[in-house]
Amino acid sequence: MALKPVAPALDDLPTVPALNPGVMGGLKSYVAVRAHQEPLGFPGELVENWEQAAVAKMGELLGKYKSLRVYLDICVKCGACTDKCHYFLGTGDPKNMPVARQDLMRDIYRYYFTPAGKALGGLVGAKPWTRERLDDWYNYFHQCSQCRRCSLFCPYGIDTAEISMAAREIMDSIGLGQKYCNEIIGKVHKIGNNLGLPEPALIDTLEGLEEDVKDATGHDIKFPLNVVGADVLLVTPSADFFAEPHVDGLIGYAKVFHQMGLSWTMSSYASEAGNFGMFIGNYEQMKKISMRIRQAALDLKVKRIVFGECGHAWRVAYAFLNTLAGPFDFLDPKYPVPQHIMELTRGAIMSGAVRLDPSANADKIVTVHDSCNIARATRMGPEPGSQFFYPRDVLKAACPKFVDMHPDTTHARTFCCGGGGGLLTDELIDLRIKGAKPRVEALKQAVDQHGVTHMAAMCAICKSQFTKVLPYYGYDMGMVQSVHQLVSNAILLGGNS
Amino acid sequence: MSGLSMFYAALLYVAAGVLVAGLAVKIRQYWTTPAPLKIAVTPAPTTQAGAWLRVGREAVLFESLFYSNRWLWIFAAAFHAGLALVLVRHMRYFVNPVPEIIVLAQPFGVYGGMAMVGGLLVLLARRFVIDRVRYITRPSDILMLLLLIGIGVSGYGMKFANPTDIVAVKAFIMGLYVFDIRELPVEPPLLAHLFMVALLMIVFPFSKLLHAPGVFFSPSRNQADDPRERRHLAPWAAKLEG
Ligand code: SF4
Ligand code: SF4
Ligand code: SF4
Repeated sequence: MALKPVAPALDDLPTVPALNPGVMGGLKSYVAVRAHQEPLGFPGELVENWEQAAVAKMGELLGKYKSLRVYLDICVKCGACTDKCHYFLGTGDPKNMPVARQDLMRDIYRYYFTPAGKALGGLVGAKPWTRERLDDWYNYFHQCSQCRRCSLFCPYGIDTAEISMAAREIMDSIGLGQKYCNEIIGKVHKIGNNLGLPEPALIDTLEGLEEDVKDATGHDIKFPLNVVGADVLLVTPSADFFAEPHVDGLIGYAKVFHQMGLSWTMSSYASEAGNFGMFIGNYEQMKKISMRIRQAALDLKVKRIVFGECGHAWRVAYAFLNTLAGPFDFLDPKYPVPQHIMELTRGAIMSGAVRLDPSANADKIVTVHDSCNIARATRMGPEPGSQFFYPRDVLKAACPKFVDMHPDTTHARTFCCGGGGGLLTDELIDLRIKGAKPRVEALKQAVDQHGVTHMAAMCAICKSQFTKVLPYYGYDMGMVQSVHQLVSNAILLGGNS
Repeated sequence: MSGLSMFYAALLYVAAGVLVAGLAVKIRQYWTTPAPLKIAVTPAPTTQAGAWLRVGREAVLFESLFYSNRWLWIFAAAFHAGLALVLVRHMRYFVNPVPEIIVLAQPFGVYGGMAMVGGLLVLLARRFVIDRVRYITRPSDILMLLLLIGIGVSGYGMKFANPTDIVAVKAFIMGLYVFDIRELPVEPPLLAHLFMVALLMIVFPFSKLLHAPGVFFSPSRNQADDPRERRHLAPWAAKLEG
């Protein structure tokens, strides 16, 4: 990209753009090469008879996924979803409207799989494979963060994330994978985390953190790794080990464990909460990555598994882990498997085991970004909606001033940060900036009306994405805080164990 | 026996056969295809009964659409509720004796027809006026609306413009049950109406009208939010265990 990408001018919420066909058509994330493809069992390059191979794979998936089977048939083209996707709102490209994104697959499906498509062709929108259509698939199914905002608003719950996952799986199977996702999955299999941090580097980092925290607080806060027999295994996104503001969140978890007097450990074998197998829609990859967590829990003989702050990771953990890597009958049945760190922290605040002094954050007016995968695919506590009030309870305990953003952009209706679902890669920066537009509009409103100074996030991708794109909109990257960073600031150490 | 009556009898038998067999195949497909992962859009009910209630609200009240697009909800609801009233009203042609409740519903059926056609006309206009909707519209989406409007308008034609001998129509329909082909009045609105209804029945299992059974099979709506409490495993996924 020769030109420096620029942010679009912000509008008042909600503004629906005019159609701008094809503006994002040329934006293509890097294609995986043989070295990324083959370790995952995918062909190294586009296979010769890709049209038939893709149709065969689609047929296989239609038999395996009720979502795909039903969703490709039942869309009535009502258009209710058309103004709900942040990538459409930010770009105006009609192929970023959820239904139009689905139609990229639906048109092909109709041509090869339905009597109506075979008999009537273009009348029902059926279209055969062409190289241009495959390119459209690649580009636009990698312009979907699988955030499911469209599904929330569809009268039938049609979930474009399911379609784009299936599309990516089909493309992987014919040798057209995406570099960003597949390279990262390869690293997890080889090293144990998305960033490729080997065990010695982890040990180093964690020792450094212990020293820093000792210097800052005077307390011996531990960051244990590979401790056999610990009670809790913490699995957290690897960005928590060094990225800002992620690492301040990790310090927050450590302080909470310390104050609760819990014995805990991390694992170098399962040093990654994120599971990119979901992004590429591949059940086997997702299972393989999840099994590392099971194995680590067995090896370290822990009683509970707790996940750190991450959106997509929490979706796989909360909704899929039991399926993929269960049953977890070897863990303590008193606790849900897995737990979210927010559940522990909130519980400890409520019980008084952890005490906070909100005046430590008195200089901030804080709002929160509901990570879409947490908001629309999970819970935290026992009741529906706990995924919203658990983080807010924690934030309100840690910060004297908390304000919510516009209700059309929070809770279940939250907008994606613009970088999820395997799109957090530099070559997609233009899309990432534009996709963040609705969220930044809501943030701007909160800043202008309530003087908000900071936005808390609870997802590694959200944090990385916002620190990168907020400056394009004229906001400081330091605005982005980890929820547990704010806890870390306010926690009263020592004295109450 | 006129050839016309024979033709319509045959057409309606074929249409009914295609509708029932086609829907049976599709519903079986939706029913038996596994959902390997829990993908309920949350916040979702934590019990299966709660999830079915959620699906019920979607099917009857169009709950998600209500929060999604209020104008569309109004016209979609007008069309569907109108259609429901019209169908109830039409029961009198299909059962003997006609139950009291259906007799009482007759006048509402007439208003239902107006709501139905009115709603459909707005839905049709949207497809030309709103650029986003125009972009996603395929020719079949327009033809489907025209077919439904045609059915409604020809129905009114029978009632007002060209009053039809409905006693004879009912006799014809009751005869179909026992394979006794009786004489169908030769009235253009009636013939057009029946023809389009038969066409609708035939295209139903091959078209987006599958949203009617499909809404009950949508995993993002019909699943309970209980993945931590209950292990969910599809048969094909169970084979990967080990
Ligand atoms: S809201 Fe659902 S049914 Fe309507 S166009 Fe979008 S995907 Fe199709
Ligand atoms: S899942 Fe999210 S990113 Fe994908 S089409 Fe729907 S709203 Fe857009
Ligand atoms: S990174 Fe966060 S906001 Fe963005 S898609 Fe993932 S969970 Fe949603």
